[in-house]
Amino acid sequence: MSEFEPKIIAFMCNWCSYAGGDLAGTSRLQYPPNARIIRLMCTARLDPAFVLKAFAEGADGVLVAGCHIGDCHYVSGNLKAEKRVQMLKKLLPELGIEPERLMLRWISAAEGERFASTMKEFVAEIKKLGPSPLRGAR
Amino acid sequence: MGDEQGKSRQGDEEEPRIGVYVCHCGVNIAGVVDVEEVAKYASKLGNVVVAKDYKYMCSDPGQKLIQEDIKENRLNRIVVAACSPRMHEHTFRKALEEAGLNAFLVEMANIREHDSWVHMNQPKEATEKAKDLVRMAVARARRLEPQHKPRVKVKKAALVVGGGVAGIQSALDLADMGFKVYLVEKTPSLGGKMAQLDKTFPTMDCSACILTPKMVDAARHENIEILTHAEVEEVEGYIGNFRVKVRKKARQVLEDKCTGCGLCADACPVEVPNEFDHGLGVRKAIYVPFPQAVPLVYTIDDEACLGCGMCEAVCGPEAIDYEQKDEVVELEVGTIIIATGFDLFDAKRKPEYGYGRYENVITGIEFERLVNASGPTGGKLLRPSDGKEPHRIGFVLCVGSRDEKAGNPYCSRVCCMYSIKNARLYKEKHPEAEVFIFYMDIRAYGKGYEEFYRQAQEEYGIRFIRGRPGEIVEDPETKNLLVRVEDTLLGMPLEVELDLVVLATAIEPATDSEKVQRLFRLSRSADRFFAEAHPKLKPVDTLNDGIYLAGTCQGPKDIPDTVAQASAAAARAAIPMAKGEVETEPIVAFVRRELCIGCRICERACDFGVITMVERKAQVNEAICRGCGACAAACPTGAMQIRHFTDEQIYAMIEAAMRDEPEVAVKEVEG
Ligand SMILES: Cc1cc2nc3c(=O)[nH]c(=O)nc-3n(C[C@H](O)[C@H](O)[C@H](O)COP(=O)(O)OP(=O)(O)OC[C@H]3O[C@@H](n4cnc5c(N)ncnc54)[C@H](O)[C@@H]3O)c2cc1C
Ligand code: SF4
Ligand code: SF4
Ligand code: FES
Repeated sequence: MSEFEPKIIAFMCNWCSYAGGDLAGTSRLQYPPNARIIRLMCTARLDPAFVLKAFAEGADGVLVAGCHIGDCHYVSGNLKAEKRVQMLKKLLPELGIEPERLMLRWISAAEGERFASTMKEFVAEIKKLGPSPLRGAR
Repeated sequence: MGDEQGKSRQGDEEEPRIGVYVCHCGVNIAGVVDVEEVAKYASKLGNVVVAKDYKYMCSDPGQKLIQEDIKENRLNRIVVAACSPRMHEHTFRKALEEAGLNAFLVEMANIREHDSWVHMNQPKEATEKAKDLVRMAVARARRLEPQHKPRVKVKKAALVVGGGVAGIQSALDLADMGFKVYLVEKTPSLGGKMAQLDKTFPTMDCSACILTPKMVDAARHENIEILTHAEVEEVEGYIGNFRVKVRKKARQVLEDKCTGCGLCADACPVEVPNEFDHGLGVRKAIYVPFPQAVPLVYTIDDEACLGCGMCEAVCGPEAIDYEQKDEVVELEVGTIIIATGFDLFDAKRKPEYGYGRYENVITGIEFERLVNASGPTGGKLLRPSDGKEPHRIGFVLCVGSRDEKAGNPYCSRVCCMYSIKNARLYKEKHPEAEVFIFYMDIRAYGKGYEEFYRQAQEEYGIRFIRGRPGEIVEDPETKNLLVRVEDTLLGMPLEVELDLVVLATAIEPATDSEKVQRLFRLSRSADRFFAEAHPKLKPVDTLNDGIYLAGTCQGPKDIPDTVAQASAAAARAAIPMAKGEVETEPIVAFVRRELCIGCRICERACDFGVITMVERKAQVNEAICRGCGACAAACPTGAMQIRHFTDEQIYAMIEAAMRDEPEVAVKEVEG
């Protein structure tokens, strides 16, 4: 049997983290191809329901990435996202999902390296956890 | 407008007819991703009418391909699988518009930066990922709606922050074009660092001689209003209509009465170190930073003033006003130029060089003041320890630059050249002196710079030693300095005894740049200087529309580059002001009124005061909404939505990311 390849959904803000991903590309940094990125203007847009929907669809992990604190282009969108992620991490075990399957990272537009290492780290973490308990439950 | 758009999606609208275009980007994408297979796959997705792959979608023929298909196949949605939308979304939006389709009906799948370039050794996985990304883009494209960019009027006035040579140049250019300019400088005078320099490389013009006429021009210009001893406190609004609050700190001297005669300073009994001379000389508690200050208005230094009344007693025009209060001025401007300059690395952070402990270790800027005729020593360079003329001088380059340990991996770009300049200056006056330069590499990249460097070696007999000194030790008796360095060309350790050592300290981001960053919502690059919108194609724009960068606040620069960039920033800022109106982002919040229960959660979620309640339903002021989405994410009923980022569009992408679609009938595929 081939190794388990996690499916990951990533929500990223347009200004910092998505751009950090672009920089990782221009710098030709290599990382595992498991994530599918959904671009939002700001992590402020992250409705907790999006994360739940991703898990309900069978995602093995969800990554939320935005600007570093203080750098959000809409002042405090990332702080709002941080609160929601904390709230979700408390809620996920109730649904049988390990909270480690949800990751929040601040990645700036200049941090191509951090983008690539985040991808590597998160994929490795999810591989350790194995497939989501909700996979196939759809 | 909001409500119709919310509804128009539901059914009665014509069926989506989607065209998918997969770009090879030469071999950039096609070298890894099987683009033909991706196009073939796309052709089987629902609503896709045509799917093609092509060498360069962004090229003219690439765009034509889309435009012709729009007409022939009556396409009403386009998906381009190519580079990052941050790169070319704009290009394709324009192409759609030219073909008569709304610009917002295109969706991009990033299969280059986020795929072929980062999975170069996994062509199979990269191709599968490209298919997923295309499927997600198609899913979103089905739900895209036309958007209309609101037009806003642009105030024909600009704010320039920072009155160094960069700010002065930008202000003069804009004012000459006929725009009103407010030039805000935090110190009591315009001029910045250039006013402190003695001569300037490579032509050796006297710095003040070329700068002060510009300062005077700015002061006299009918379109320029100068606010010195002032700082920006608040910025609101957006391109075209920024509202800015500037605090003019009380100088306790009335600007319109002071004639700059200086009798007050003569009378003042208090002496404090003069920051303009880096503390090498003294000034009074009532002072101008330097004699050619603009405006030539005295300022009382609050902290030093005793309140003795001596200045008031001698001031003829009765300009002294101890009761003067700070004044907050409100400005309305269409565009903003940031020109807040740099500060210098604190040489004490490299304790091995003894700055601050050894009297005869000074910095480059201190050297500039000491050789300047209007400086604290009247232009005579004397050793701080004994007031004697130094015979042996060493210049140490890269102090805090190109230095990971100091946190500055970048090159400061001017230290090589100004150190050579200063070495030459000293040699000119003292041909018998022994002058050394300790360097890692010499960066003489500008026009006439290499020649200037060669002359220093060949004609001036300045000795260049390649190596970064490990340590400087002082002889406690003579106060002479021993420089220990590994000469990397000869491959041997050297010890050089010197009378004076001059440290070329790094150019660093201005100390308050974090505050400026937050105030104006700027980004900073890894080197901590302000980030431009694109390093090559938008070198003076920022990601915040209507705000531009000039000079060393964006990165280390010499004067020619600073001035060129300042003129570029002025030209960029002039564009929206000359046009008189701009289109702004339509990505703003809107309410589906029928779903709103009037709970006011969105009102609290919004940091910008955009939402009000009208007849117990939320209402959005689109002109000030930034489109962050905080309100929509908080709304419990889905009533609050963001245009172009609606819940349905995002859910569709999540679903598409996780599930393949059932195949539909095979349609046209072309190579
Ligand atoms: C020792 C030394 C020697 C040099 N010699 C040469 C030379 O010979 N030739 C050459 O080409 N270049 C030389 N340079 C480089 C030159 O000094 C710079 O290129 C130039 O000064 C950059 O101008 P600027 O306007 O960007 O910044 P600055 O000169 O730093 O001006 C910035 C201005 O903005 C103001 N400011 C900062 N923050 C705020 C705020 N928040 N609000 C309002 N105002 C603010 C500051 O008070 C200052 O007046 C030298 C540099 C040094 C350090
Ligand atoms: S999108 Fe952001 S700025 Fe606009 S109303 Fe919602 S919270 Fe306020
Ligand atoms: S949060 Fe939603 S339901 Fe509540 S007032 Fe705002 S738009 Fe209406
Ligand atoms: S813009 Fe990046 S988190 Fe808000």
